[in-house]
Amino acid sequence: MKTDSRFKTLIKSTNDVNFTLFGEIVTVPKGTTLAAAILSNFGEASRITETGALRTAFCMMGVCFDCLVEVDGNPNIQSCMVLVHDQMVVKRQIGLRSIGISKDD
Amino acid sequence: MTDFDIIIIGAGPAGMSAALTAANGGLDVLLLDEQPHAGGQIYRNVKQNHSKQSWFGKSYSSGINLVDALNHIKITKCFGATVWRVEANKRVLWSQNGESKVSTAVHIVLANGAQERPFPFPGWTLPGVMTIGSAQILMKSSGIFPKDSVLVGSGPLLYLVATQMIEANCPPKALLETQTLRMMINSLIHLPKALLNMKSLIMGFMFIYKIKSAGVPRYKSVSRLEAQSSGNGSIKFLFSHKGIRKSLTTKLLLIHQGVIPSTEISRSVGVDHSWNTSQLAFQPIIDKWGKTNIDGLYIAGDCGGINGSEAAVLYGKIVATKILYETGKINFNLYKKQSFSISFSLFFTNSIRLFLDTLFAVPQETLSPSDETIVCRCEEKTVGEIKLGLNEGITGVRQLKTSIRSGMGQCQGRMCDAIVRGIMLNNISQNDINILAPKARSPIKPITLGELSKMKLD
Amino acid sequence: MLNNQSEIAIIGGGVVGLSVAIGLLQSGHKVIVCDGEDSDARASFGNFGLVWGQGKGWNFAPYAKLTVDAIAAWEDFSKNLNDLSGLDVSLDQNGGFEFFTDPDKLNNFISMLEIQKGHAGNRFNYEALSGDELRNQIPGIGSKVVGATFSQLDGHINPLRFLRALRRAVKVLGGQIKSNASVKKITSNKDGGFSLILANGSVTSSEKVILCAGLGAIKLADQLAFKTNIRPERGELLITEKLGDQLPFISSTIRQVDEGGIQIGGTHADVGMDDNETLDIMVDLARHAVEIYPALSNVRVLRAWGALRVMSPDGYPVYAQSEEYPGAYLITCHSGVTLASLHASILSDWIENNVRAPNLEAFNENRF
Repeated sequence: MKTDSRFKTLIKSTNDVNFTLFGEIVTVPKGTTLAAAILSNFGEASRITETGALRTAFCMMGVCFDCLVEVDGNPNIQSCMVLVHDQMVVKRQIGLRSIGISKDD
Repeated sequence: MTDFDIIIIGAGPAGMSAALTAANGGLDVLLLDEQPHAGGQIYRNVKQNHSKQSWFGKSYSSGINLVDALNHIKITKCFGATVWRVEANKRVLWSQNGESKVSTAVHIVLANGAQERPFPFPGWTLPGVMTIGSAQILMKSSGIFPKDSVLVGSGPLLYLVATQMIEANCPPKALLETQTLRMMINSLIHLPKALLNMKSLIMGFMFIYKIKSAGVPRYKSVSRLEAQSSGNGSIKFLFSHKGIRKSLTTKLLLIHQGVIPSTEISRSVGVDHSWNTSQLAFQPIIDKWGKTNIDGLYIAGDCGGINGSEAAVLYGKIVATKILYETGKINFNLYKKQSFSISFSLFFTNSIRLFLDTLFAVPQETLSPSDETIVCRCEEKTVGEIKLGLNEGITGVRQLKTSIRSGMGQCQGRMCDAIVRGIMLNNISQNDINILAPKARSPIKPITLGELSKMKLD
Repeated sequence: MLNNQSEIAIIGGGVVGLSVAIGLLQSGHKVIVCDGEDSDARASFGNFGLVWGQGKGWNFAPYAKLTVDAIAAWEDFSKNLNDLSGLDVSLDQNGGFEFFTDPDKLNNFISMLEIQKGHAGNRFNYEALSGDELRNQIPGIGSKVVGATFSQLDGHINPLRFLRALRRAVKVLGGQIKSNASVKKITSNKDGGFSLILANGSVTSSEKVILCAGLGAIKLADQLAFKTNIRPERGELLITEKLGDQLPFISSTIRQVDEGGIQIGGTHADVGMDDNETLDIMVDLARHAVEIYPALSNVRVLRAWGALRVMSPDGYPVYAQSEEYPGAYLITCHSGVTLASLHASILSDWIENNVRAPNLEAFNENRF
């Protein structure tokens, strides 16, 4: 079930990036961190831990590792530490990462 | 021959001011920062926000001068640069865009700042619970503001962020403060000295005035905190206030319990650390010049002990001044004159510190939370599991970590170490406890085997 | 001053000391284990968790035999430990590989295993595989691997859970584990028995004392007139983030802990008590892992560390009774995990010197 974003966007941009986030095409300003893009578009979990617990970004500064997602097929990426780019494909990090081809979510 | 005279790790207030002082004195500087822009967390995106609304206040805007000044011929700046290993021989390993690099210098200045103190209570891992610092980062770096949030905790940042949110017309629904009357009384003894930093005191009162004027409800001395998921992504936040159990429902619970030094780099390179009994955190042992037990390795700013951004700028200057003198770039008289003037300013800036540390003391339930609370967010270990380990006769952090796996996940203990220590202090007899800073190991941030395997070493 | 009477005092609360304690407790002895400081070397925190035979004792027949005995005893031991501690150490004895990227080293190792096989008789066996045979068997093995040896006997456990299980088992059996109990001095009493003086000044007395202190024994061995020179040997390791999928092999240098993380190790350095990780070795270990199994290339390293092995002069275990101080024993080895199954069983017979006592003469320190 989709949960609305817990944030509202106050600063609009004219220079936008479009990419695929959790199966939806989203538009955010260039220079946005991926975690910020997630939080401004989704209120629900961006990661599910190995025991099934729901998590989202927590510290936003690279400390807590709770904002892990899969970016362009690379698992366990700290979304607060990467900037969005056009055509990026971002999936939730579900459970432990695997080696080999990622599963669809 | 080394690649640089100085490598500075962290482009926050301390790192930027150290870089500028060193560069102006004629030294070649490499400035590394993990973020995409200079500023650190305090002046995050200050340059990018320059033309936008001034929600963040004058103190924030002032950071732009430092950022602009970094365009200096003697400063090589690398952003998105994650330092993953620092060696006592002044070799720094860092990763950028998936490729690792080696840089060497005569001096290294660690200016990697602080992190928010982990603030555990049942439910603090739920989506919808974030730190107040993280909300401020989102406000500064992405222009997204919390909707109908509830702020809980203690410390100057609580009031600052609440004020910034009010300025941006996104006021919090409520402010819940863990600070108790006892803490306020305890802090009074430090108030006379704090008056020497009148500017900061006035700023604090201004924040509180603005929060009151905006009509944001404040609950003081809250305790027994618990967050529950309450459907549709909302958080039901329960707390005790004046002896009554109350609850508030919010989309976003923002929590904060002060900040602690980021010590993983200093610990991994072998700097000696001590336990700061008023700030309840480990900090590197440094002299007034920021010198450590490792020759040529200096520490500036909050990673050396929490004193705030204004002090960090001064610490950055003093460290660089010392290095300029030691490398013969300035003479003794100039060095004495400059360092005296910086120390003088530091005395006034830091005069408020003990007052703040006591006023915003860490509550007992944060130091030793209830058994069901998750301690290690990565490995999902609870307080109860830690206590079980302690009951098995464990008396040291290494034994605890290896036995329970707390601190062995992705964050390598950044989020749980302070909590684990609180639990140990509360559950082991003082005779048995031996507080040592846990050893940190490289890589300080994870890097892939492939990246590591491709490194070319001389 | 505290004065604790105990029949047997074990100095050392690591894998070796605790395993020995379990055997003695199960034979009905009263045991106290003196465990040192949190910051001690503690090889038990750094070990690889292998229950391993390949290469063990190829030039020392008694060790080859001891190792196969130990491997065979592990299944029962792990069940016993599970019953006592409530912890499953995830024993996996489905065979393990030694991979080679250098044909000479492979051939050399095969000749060693042949000799080892001669020592252990039909109880030890192995297969040699060419690179292609190996890649056929395990898709994904790197092209630089020229071959491997495989032994059905080899396996591993979760080393840290094992240590916790041992602690719990000792307590369940009524043993006492004293924490922060660094033994500074051992004296032999006139009327028999020993007094252990701890760093905090307290004294523990016992009829017998068993020195299982790993590198901590360096300072204590001569107080009991043992002459074994124990030395540290640093091994470095990498540990990766956890993987959801299971690595299709274990080897003595690359293995996956049951929690999902991969340990990469197997280096040797003579650097005294320095347990720091070094960049050169970290890079070597990463290259090794990627060469053997290229899919590991995008797996992240969370932590590197060094740990100190406990080495006797010839690298083999020492089981010795002090000639000058009867009732004092020295037990030291660097394969504490593999040998734990025996340490927790037959060593109590050896210490009691009863009819079932194993012949451990070959491991006496007279050989040095």
